[in-house]
Amino acid sequence: MLRPPVPAAHELVIADALAGKRIAVTGATGFVGTALVERLLRTVPECQLVLLVRPTRRQGAAERTAREVIRNDCFDRLRAELGDAFPSEIRRRVSTIAGDVASDGLGLDEEGRAALASCDVVVHSAATVSFDAPLDGAVEVNLLGPSRVAQTLLSVASAHRPPGDLPHLVAVSTAYVNGGRRGEAGEELVTDTPYLTLPDWPAEVAAARRARADADAESRSPSRLAELRAAARAELGAAGTALLAERTERLRRDWVDDRLVELGRARANALGWPDAYAYTKSLGEVALVQTRGPLPVSIVRPSIVESALAEPRPGWIRGFRMAEPVIISYARGMLRQFPGVAEGVIDVIPVDLVAAAIIAVAANGPAGDSPAVYQVASGLRNPLRYGTLVELVERWFTERPLYDAKGQPIVVPTWSFPGRGKVQGELRRAIRALEAVERVVRGLPVRGALAEKVSSVEERRALAQRALGYVELYGSYAESEARFRIDRTLALYESLEEADRKTFCFDPAVVDWTSYVNDVHLPSVVEHARVRTSPGKRFGDDREARQRRAILSPEPRCAVFDLEQTLINSNVVESYAWLATRHLSPVRRARLSLELIAEGPHLLAVDRRDRGDFLRSFYRRYEGAPADQVRRDCWELFSDLILTRAFPDAIQRVRQHRALGHKTLLITGALDFVIAPLEPLFDEIVCARLGEREGRFTGELVETPPTGEARALLVERWAAGFGLGPDAIVAYADSTSDLPMLEAAGHPVAVNPEPKLAAIARRRGWPVELWKLSRGGPRRPLAVSTRRLGARTVAPTATSRGEGRR
Amino acid sequence: MSPRPGFVLEVDRSTPPTMLWHGDGFRQERFPVGTRVVYPPEPLPPLPDPDAAIRHALEHPVGDSPPLSALLRPGMRLTIAFDDVSLPLPPMRAPDTRQRVITAVLDAAAAAGVDDVVLIAALALHRRMTDDELRHALGSRIFDAFAPHGLLLQHDAEDPDAMVHLGLTDQGEDVEISRRAAESDLLVYVNITLVPMDGGHKSVATGLASYRSIRHHHNVRAMQHSRSFMDRHHSELHSSNWRMGRLIADAGVRIFQIETTLNLDTFPSSFGFLQRREWEWTLRDRAGFHATRAALERTPPALARQIFHSIRSPHALASVQAGEVEAVHDLTLANLYRQQLVHVEGQSDVLTMGLPYLSPYNVNSVMNPILVSCLGLGYFFNMYRGKPLVREGGVLIISHPTPWAFDPVQHPSYIDFFEQVLSETTDPLEIEAKYEEGFATDPWYIHLYRTSHAYHGVHPFYMWYWGAHALQHLGQVIIVGGDRAAVRRMGFKPASTFADAFEMAEDVVGRDPTITHVHNPPIFMSEVT
Repeated sequence: MLRPPVPAAHELVIADALAGKRIAVTGATGFVGTALVERLLRTVPECQLVLLVRPTRRQGAAERTAREVIRNDCFDRLRAELGDAFPSEIRRRVSTIAGDVASDGLGLDEEGRAALASCDVVVHSAATVSFDAPLDGAVEVNLLGPSRVAQTLLSVASAHRPPGDLPHLVAVSTAYVNGGRRGEAGEELVTDTPYLTLPDWPAEVAAARRARADADAESRSPSRLAELRAAARAELGAAGTALLAERTERLRRDWVDDRLVELGRARANALGWPDAYAYTKSLGEVALVQTRGPLPVSIVRPSIVESALAEPRPGWIRGFRMAEPVIISYARGMLRQFPGVAEGVIDVIPVDLVAAAIIAVAANGPAGDSPAVYQVASGLRNPLRYGTLVELVERWFTERPLYDAKGQPIVVPTWSFPGRGKVQGELRRAIRALEAVERVVRGLPVRGALAEKVSSVEERRALAQRALGYVELYGSYAESEARFRIDRTLALYESLEEADRKTFCFDPAVVDWTSYVNDVHLPSVVEHARVRTSPGKRFGDDREARQRRAILSPEPRCAVFDLEQTLINSNVVESYAWLATRHLSPVRRARLSLELIAEGPHLLAVDRRDRGDFLRSFYRRYEGAPADQVRRDCWELFSDLILTRAFPDAIQRVRQHRALGHKTLLITGALDFVIAPLEPLFDEIVCARLGEREGRFTGELVETPPTGEARALLVERWAAGFGLGPDAIVAYADSTSDLPMLEAAGHPVAVNPEPKLAAIARRRGWPVELWKLSRGGPRRPLAVSTRRLGARTVAPTATSRGEGRR
Repeated sequence: MSPRPGFVLEVDRSTPPTMLWHGDGFRQERFPVGTRVVYPPEPLPPLPDPDAAIRHALEHPVGDSPPLSALLRPGMRLTIAFDDVSLPLPPMRAPDTRQRVITAVLDAAAAAGVDDVVLIAALALHRRMTDDELRHALGSRIFDAFAPHGLLLQHDAEDPDAMVHLGLTDQGEDVEISRRAAESDLLVYVNITLVPMDGGHKSVATGLASYRSIRHHHNVRAMQHSRSFMDRHHSELHSSNWRMGRLIADAGVRIFQIETTLNLDTFPSSFGFLQRREWEWTLRDRAGFHATRAALERTPPALARQIFHSIRSPHALASVQAGEVEAVHDLTLANLYRQQLVHVEGQSDVLTMGLPYLSPYNVNSVMNPILVSCLGLGYFFNMYRGKPLVREGGVLIISHPTPWAFDPVQHPSYIDFFEQVLSETTDPLEIEAKYEEGFATDPWYIHLYRTSHAYHGVHPFYMWYWGAHALQHLGQVIIVGGDRAAVRRMGFKPASTFADAFEMAEDVVGRDPTITHVHNPPIFMSEVT
């Protein structure tokens, strides 16, 4: 023991100590902050609270307090106790000032400075708690935050308070600032802790800021941009320049963030901390101690904060935190293995104990000149063995399993506590294998149900990646062998008067781990996770039926359909082949078909690159074709190819829209004469048109159908013509080349999607229609005219009904 | 040697298994001892010189009609209407009877100096025929002489300009037929009477009419008041057509009706076993049956269908008569009955039948479930004179794969009828009242009927009405070996085997029921006393 615990000279009565005090709290929208604010309001009747809240782009600070703090279910108990008096009590005791711990001077205006200056105690609980935050963000908030608060307090005090009258700063840190060490860790400043390598923090800040600039610069290099663009294309396909650009830029920003996450973890690991969070928090303590000047400071270091033991109610939790996603992933059977040491201690502390400890520290006041450290941890006083925890969780979910989408109970795996390296290695190998499969199947020319199956590979890969993420982030906490001493915290507890020891209990010995895990924590986690906890398929209104009702509602709608693979299982090459072979001898017919088949891969590649270019170059083949004859032949093409390859469900859907009075639009790269017979189905058709000279086609397009975002714009304009907005647009398409149009529509529908679109539809919850050809229609492998034509028959209209077709 | 008449076999323990059609395949069943199996008569000998017989008929008309040559004169408008692809079944080997008859008519017209001649395929609300089918029915010479000049038309009941309303019958029925036919100086109708429903006034009054006209007799009431619609003198369908036919005659439309019957030689010799009684099968028949069945079991259904649809029947001309419609038709029916009628005594509790791959409405396409119902409950059930082969409240057992499959080109409205209408109700009266008009006037179906090769939007309704009398009469319909979902959609019971089907039937008609099986092909008419 390097430092004596706080002497318990007198019995501390918290309500008296804090009566009439003004207490400032940062991080009130966080887990610990919310619990603290609620506890103070409910159990310390005569204190005033000033919440320093960061305004966001959408919400002001006061609004955030109302929505994110006061409206939280944490306040349900207080709301019930106070009844109608609740709002006025909140108004009377809680005020909000706008500020940001990530900027110097906390970004306070003069009013805010005055409000802060009036406070007697400041609890700084704002932090970036995410273990995988980008390094620079964590540095700004966790490393610089506490010292910024201290600096600001000194500055406002000198302006607004009598000299020497300084507020007491209670900084919330983490027990893991002690690093990845083994053995006991005392309640001492990090600067006094042996076996800790503490670099010069201003240099670390400068390096982190530089790293952001460097990564940003690298992300803009041509080779990196090309890589990102390729990744965007792999995901979206030929979705058009605008969408690809947007996606590429998002990928670039993500890439920079990922780089900084990676840098943070690497830097933390290099210095002996498990992650950037502990590393920045550590240096934050150093910075605070070094810059606090005369400001009295206490530091409270909780370990892993989890759901409330009793206050405001057992199981209260805010946000999906560290253990929760791991537990739920386990219960879903996703985590087959997790590292950890079975006999090791997992240091968990319920949030209400942390809040009580902070209040007691605040009430107790500063403990002398040097900052006092209070660790709030369970490991030594009341250890929860990792093996015990895993066993409790396994038993709990075996008795109350979650259910899969089919309504079958999920059997949870039994962990064998392998080393972290082994688990990571296995997961990495699985991810690499799945990525390889994904690369192959993404390019497969499959559609519909098969494509959906294929896109599930992506889902499996994402699951494995998430599992790996958990292992990398949290694995070290399950393997941690540090034991946190809590002597000073316990001494403080002992000094409380008897009633307060009940009201503000923070002695970890009160926790009965078995009942905490079984009756408090797990029920709360499951409740928050929105998972299936009952067997059987859900009956009644499923999402699909709801979506279909919205699409086929009697309200005005504009339904827009793509042609190829959406309405018909055919393409412009096939209609060309059919028309071109119609008047050929069988031998030449076969030759032309074979030539087209041989060209297939090339045509497909051009089509994938740019739809417009493909159409322009392909339609040159019509050059010199007799226009009238082709137009007549198209009526046979209609029966022989278009209708035999049409999806009856698709035609039915168009007709349903029309019956409901909806407007229907066909938008396609096919030629006008090919789709002329489909005219009665649509209010409008946007398609390609060929030029004509002296009765023959020129092979040049006089009208090019819009593609990509131009298509989306056209559809929006068309709907606007009926006074309808995007919400009324229903768009049906099969591939990502129509992604802009689908995104522009209020009701996008993926029809027989190719794998890329299937993956996107799955992620975004778009309805997917799997429309099939009619069983019983004629099937032929080649799109050639099979109707025999007599040598002397020149006018196919000859056998039309009556005098000819309309 | 004169052909043997039809025969009713009572199954005993020595009877070999009975062969049944099962769609694009066959099955063999041992029926319970005591089952009656009704066999059709053997084919009549063909007319020795069909072309001469035709020429003779044209010059020796029956009823109140001059010979064809006397009706032809230069400068006249002549229209020749002919039965469409729904007849005969299977399509006959070239030359088709229509080709023979129309050639004779055209020769006579040419001899008389008639040059305004138009041919019309009398489709009614059927699909347009393809060029190949027309060429097959008419022969290349006629096709190439008329088609390129726009003189070979297919009836378009939805072309308002091509139709003319001739008035109402005394029962208030609209009579609306092809304008070209009505306004010609002479309308020659070339018919093939395959079943007793065909021909007579129905040829023109239905074949060249519109929905507005046809709905007066193609409806549930007419079907439920016919005993049966195959028996012209007890058929409300025909009574209506006869009223219309007389109105057409009164309106001054001059019709020269040429009707033909074919003998029952339905399948080529490679399928000889189909037309022979099992206990008389030769070694070749036996081998042929087993080889065919084994091959079909290993053939994908679509290919099997293609193979069957390429069969051309050796049907031969059995009779031809021409002249005034009613007199001609009486003679035609007498000739048809001479070939097709089988005398059967008494009804049974259960009637069984195997249905083939083909009905009049799926030539060159798949036989969808509605057509299965139409062929079984419409055609086969109604092929009786007197009373049905099965007693009232009895059970009909059909063997057919009944796939949930539709041809998207020929039967688009069938798909929607099956999905949207039969899923709501199978009651013909309710269907007629609630849905018929919507389908009949649907612009998309009309578009497909006129420009593609689709049956009219209302056609699936007629196919369902065709079974209305059977639905009223029967206690239950069981389909053996069918797609269960499709069978249930139609309100029938699916069964895996005949044994199961008989067990199920006993729940309706009691233990140890009497059973009658109609053995086909070929199709024939039972006279039940």
